Amino acid sequence: MSAAPDHRPTFARAGLSDRLAPWLPLLLVPLLMVFGWLAIPSTSSWLTLTVSGLAMGMMIFLMASGLTLVFGLMDVINFGHGAFISLGAFVGVSVLLALASWTAAASLPLNLAALGLALVAAVLVTGTMGWLFERVIVRPVYGAHLKQILVTMGGLIVAEQLILVIWGPAQIFITRPEMLKGAVTFAGAALEKYRLVAVALGLIVFLAMRLVLRHSRIGLIVRAGVQNGEMVQALGYRLRLVFIGTFVAGSALAGLGGVMWGLYDEVITADMGASLMVLVFIVVIIGGLGSVEGCFLGALLVGLVQNYAAFLEPKLAMVSNIALLVAVLMWRPEGMMAVVKSK
Amino acid sequence: MSDPILTLKGVHTDIGRYHILQGVELEVPRGGVTMLLGRNGVGKTTTLRTVMGLWRARAGQITFDGRDVTALPTAAIARAGIGFVPEDMGIFTDLTVEENLILAAASGPLSSDRLDRIFAAFPPLKTFWKSAAGNLSGGQKQMLSIARAMAEERRLYLIDEPTKGLAPAIVATMAAALRDLKAEGAAILLVEQNFAVARLLGDSCAVMDDGRVIWSGPMAELAADTALQERLMGLSLEAP
Repeated sequence: MSAAPDHRPTFARAGLSDRLAPWLPLLLVPLLMVFGWLAIPSTSSWLTLTVSGLAMGMMIFLMASGLTLVFGLMDVINFGHGAFISLGAFVGVSVLLALASWTAAASLPLNLAALGLALVAAVLVTGTMGWLFERVIVRPVYGAHLKQILVTMGGLIVAEQLILVIWGPAQIFITRPEMLKGAVTFAGAALEKYRLVAVALGLIVFLAMRLVLRHSRIGLIVRAGVQNGEMVQALGYRLRLVFIGTFVAGSALAGLGGVMWGLYDEVITADMGASLMVLVFIVVIIGGLGSVEGCFLGALLVGLVQNYAAFLEPKLAMVSNIALLVAVLMWRPEGMMAVVKSK
Repeated sequence: MSDPILTLKGVHTDIGRYHILQGVELEVPRGGVTMLLGRNGVGKTTTLRTVMGLWRARAGQITFDGRDVTALPTAAIARAGIGFVPEDMGIFTDLTVEENLILAAASGPLSSDRLDRIFAAFPPLKTFWKSAAGNLSGGQKQMLSIARAMAEERRLYLIDEPTKGLAPAIVATMAAALRDLKAEGAAILLVEQNFAVARLLGDSCAVMDDGRVIWSGPMAELAADTALQERLMGLSLEAP
């Protein structure tokens, strides 16, 4: 046999657009901010709107992050996710109302302690409810999307009615803890303190989730399970337990988001979760099913677009998120950072 | 073949409305390579998936090392000591090579001498240790898939078509790696379409047709008998 011809393979240099493609979604948020800055005449209004958009985005991220993992990991569409948002808000607000003397005191530590206790109570209750919900409602309908939609919708209705039974039909008004009222002024812009707290909390949760997902074995199992659950089991892991854990954590985060949103709106109703689910689904879809990072970016985009649009062209605010959804899906039909490939 | 490590008795498996396995009888001896041969679509992959519990046997019994594993969950079957390399390799493409292997060592940290053995068998895995597994070539993915099964002590490996679609040079690497595994004393049940590889590695052999095992015996016997090959698999496997 003669020697093979001298063959030196070379790699074609990838074009700029190819090399940028994976990073583009990361650029969208700063790009949108720059666009907002150019479009909004006054820098101080821009800063106010940006902080409020980021705060809204962070709270939606809290609610949506669990849903995207639940879908990615077990292919379960949970329309009942909104129930945990409402339930969390009611539990948290009840705790805050019970601790009225703490929230009314002009002491930041007492205020934060009250808020912290409210968040912990909401997380514990919604986490437990999540476990029950998975056990009773979701488990019998694995692998059947239509049944999942119907039965989790039913679960949502039951949960809303239970809230009405326990807390009564009237909406509950709640004022923010004393030291979190009002705004700080920065560069001539009024930044609501509460929104800054929401941004900080959202960032902490996001960074913690990333840390767990990237650097722990359980995180590896979740990420691998989103891609190929069968193989994770074939390596000896009980994916069901991981899934239940994810479902519980996702429900608890929805409850956390619910409390934060309730204090942001300063009023809570039993159907607040169901109406927020529209935004949550938009975020999960544009982020890419199963991707926490995509979900985070999607939530920030939704928050910013809604706030900018409301300022620039109030009539457009109603449709701005749907427009964002359409635009992202035309650009990337599987969402910005899809992990789960379409089947 | 006394005291086999894996025994299938009268195993029937349905996939949807289709009756795929129709009473599989199979014994895999301890140590050595058992080839599972047969034309496409006769149930070889289904047999492996049924052993792993990824499809459920409707009837029959699967015994691993004296223990009935027919109804165990997949994770428990894997932990009993069976490594599985599926036909599609089942690589976690978003995870790095390192993360794929960390996950594969389910019962604890990856030991350094196992890692050395993996690197010795598959040097490219060391080169691409920190890169996303999705960027590996087909052959490298197959290496990773087998390396993943090797990341822990297993007593039986189920390996589905490890040389499918690979360049001849890489087929040789695979064959060498499988021979090393065999030398360690683990039992291997190997589905393989490449008869040259089968003849090289196989100690014993089972041939399937229509959801049943229709012949089993020493690999050498089948390799030496072209007429038997033609009768069992309906085609001549010798190179023209």
